[in-house]
Amino acid sequence: MLSRILALIIKELTSLWADKQTRYVMLIPPLIQVIVFANAANYDVWHVPLSVWNEDLGSQSAEYIRGFSYSPAFAPAPDVFSPIQAQQMLESKTAAAVLHIPQRFSADMLAGRPSHVQLLIDARRSNTALLIGDYAAEITAAYAQRLNPAAPQPLDIELTDLHNPELESRWFILPGLVVALSLIMTTLVSVLSLAREKELGTYEQMLVTPLRPAEIMLGKAVPSLVVGLFEANLVLLAALILFRLPFKGNLPVLELCLALYSLTGVGLGLAISSFTRTQQQAILGAFVFLAPAIMISGYATPVENMPRAMQMLSLLDPVRYMLVISRGMFLENLPASVVVAQSWPMLLIAVVLLVAATFMVRRSIS
Amino acid sequence: MSPRLQRLHGLVRKEMLQILRDPSALLIAFLLPFIMLIVNGYGMTLDANRMKLAAVVEAGAAQTRAIEEALDASPYLSVYWAPSGQAARRALDTEEVRGILTLRQDFAERLERPARWPAVAQLAVNATDPNTARLLQGYVTGAFTVWLQDVATERRFSTGGGPVLETRYWYNPQLRSADFIVPGAIALVMSMTGTLLTALIVAREWERGTMEAMLASPAAMAELIGAKLGTYFVLGMGSMAMSVLITVFVFRVPLHGGLGALTLTAALFLVYALAQGLFISTITRNQFVAAQLSFITTMMPAIMLSGMLFDIASMPRWLQLLTYLFPARYFVAAMQTLFLAGNIWSVLIPNLCGLAISAVAAIAATLAVTHRRLD
Repeated sequence: MLSRILALIIKELTSLWADKQTRYVMLIPPLIQVIVFANAANYDVWHVPLSVWNEDLGSQSAEYIRGFSYSPAFAPAPDVFSPIQAQQMLESKTAAAVLHIPQRFSADMLAGRPSHVQLLIDARRSNTALLIGDYAAEITAAYAQRLNPAAPQPLDIELTDLHNPELESRWFILPGLVVALSLIMTTLVSVLSLAREKELGTYEQMLVTPLRPAEIMLGKAVPSLVVGLFEANLVLLAALILFRLPFKGNLPVLELCLALYSLTGVGLGLAISSFTRTQQQAILGAFVFLAPAIMISGYATPVENMPRAMQMLSLLDPVRYMLVISRGMFLENLPASVVVAQSWPMLLIAVVLLVAATFMVRRSIS
Repeated sequence: MSPRLQRLHGLVRKEMLQILRDPSALLIAFLLPFIMLIVNGYGMTLDANRMKLAAVVEAGAAQTRAIEEALDASPYLSVYWAPSGQAARRALDTEEVRGILTLRQDFAERLERPARWPAVAQLAVNATDPNTARLLQGYVTGAFTVWLQDVATERRFSTGGGPVLETRYWYNPQLRSADFIVPGAIALVMSMTGTLLTALIVAREWERGTMEAMLASPAAMAELIGAKLGTYFVLGMGSMAMSVLITVFVFRVPLHGGLGALTLTAALFLVYALAQGLFISTITRNQFVAAQLSFITTMMPAIMLSGMLFDIASMPRWLQLLTYLFPARYFVAAMQTLFLAGNIWSVLIPNLCGLAISAVAAIAATLAVTHRRLD
């Protein structure tokens, strides 16, 4: 029996690897994505074009503006001289923000009076706008400190960034990509393995062989699992070597969790393909599940920001659990209790999906 | 009717019948966009409300109570008053909270005598997710600033003159991230449905050999491609209309721009996406590879390189140049402007040009590979 299953597994893997296009699709695009996403996925702002509308004639406004020029968050955009120009600047996206310094700013500063400075921000991208506001507030506070170093500082807030001291976005995105890409590959390979046989008519042939349904499932599951783990490790290696991510956790534990997680992908793929008759329907089915599964998992935006119903739904999503484990393993030494708490839901999901898929195959025989 | 028109009529009729017979085309055109928009609109939000923060106050006093009130009053924070540093640390490790705020024993005492040393508030955040970490720091600092101003007016010590920064958020004053993510998500949905629609369906025709049969018929290549593009164009515009309705009526994103400009933008992008799908299916002729390629060349760039979620201006230079190759960039910029700001032609015209050039290039490339493939 074991040799029968082994033969099936080898047949599946060789048929995947033998096709030049398929082989190429499994290797090159994931690497391209790692390189592009590691550079693109950045929530921080950098070199945001800032335009200045300065009505002050004194030296203090220049001193204040210098704070913005020195900040890597901002880059200079052309100056403006009227409200209409400021509006055009923001509308056309030539500038992302306009800083308006009023008349007599320097005089007020030197006399120790407050002066109202306006910052107009293009908030079409709300997250960027919020960060621009924060950076401007920091620069303003630093200027006030320079202006009046003797003023009592009643409060000092010490900030510590744990696990990611430089606030690198790619440290957040790459461990997520390990998880997302491996699921996409595992599911697509397994969804297509049954659907292709159905479409080509070899499915019936396989059913009349002495193989039992559970054996067929196993023969289909293992190759997809192998491909999924291969993809995950490809991205993992790229993250460690190309982008020098730290890895503070335990690698064997991570691999074990990835295997368990890939099993949910296999289960999903086989369950979908047992409902479908053609490859096209199978691919569609996979898309319908994969895209939302990645969106609501916390891959791009935190789960806790979502509405309650969506958070509940994400409890059924294996990606959610694996993301916690992957990010924790890279950046911190995730406590065992957290690993266990994330693993058992994945195990449960995998078992339910695999049992459902085997049941469907058995039904199609009788 | 001229034979040419008759042929075209026949071809379109054939495509229509094919769509009606196999529901998967309708599924791609309507169900997929619906699911994607709902999930994106509700699921992808950068608005961090009620972020969980643990606070450890080592010595209670009148001043710290005022801070506690200020933190509790912040709509952005949900504070867990931890009994000890260890308890707070445990909550942070198990990801129950995003950060820990600590006020040491001498906090109140130091606050009384600001001239000697400032009182210290320590904020440690879990920066695994840097964006959320930065927002949390902003919210806590904001809550302290408000409190400090109250203290200053109450006890009449001056916080110095200095500039008072008034920040105005234009086009999206409530800073709802859905307002920019959902119009961007239309790009994601349209590039997926547009490309996947043709890529899968035509790859199957190649796989089964029906495409060769069609090419052997008297119909000219341009007619064949035109009939396919035309039919799926109508389907795609239908799914676009549905997406806009969902955006406006379900997610309540304001639509400041005109419907004419919106339709033009969508039509150009759709032609591009459909032609790209035809191109992919012609060069691969295999459904698995076609699905993978359309996923990688449409969905991923539409999320990462379009400006839907990440700011293009903050990317490295080489990557910024690369984004010009993905028309999702032009479409997202145009959509965000049309929805939130209106018909601002200085933004729309360059992006419409980008879309038009991409569409023409994609059609030309498809015609070229189809010719070559037959030799």
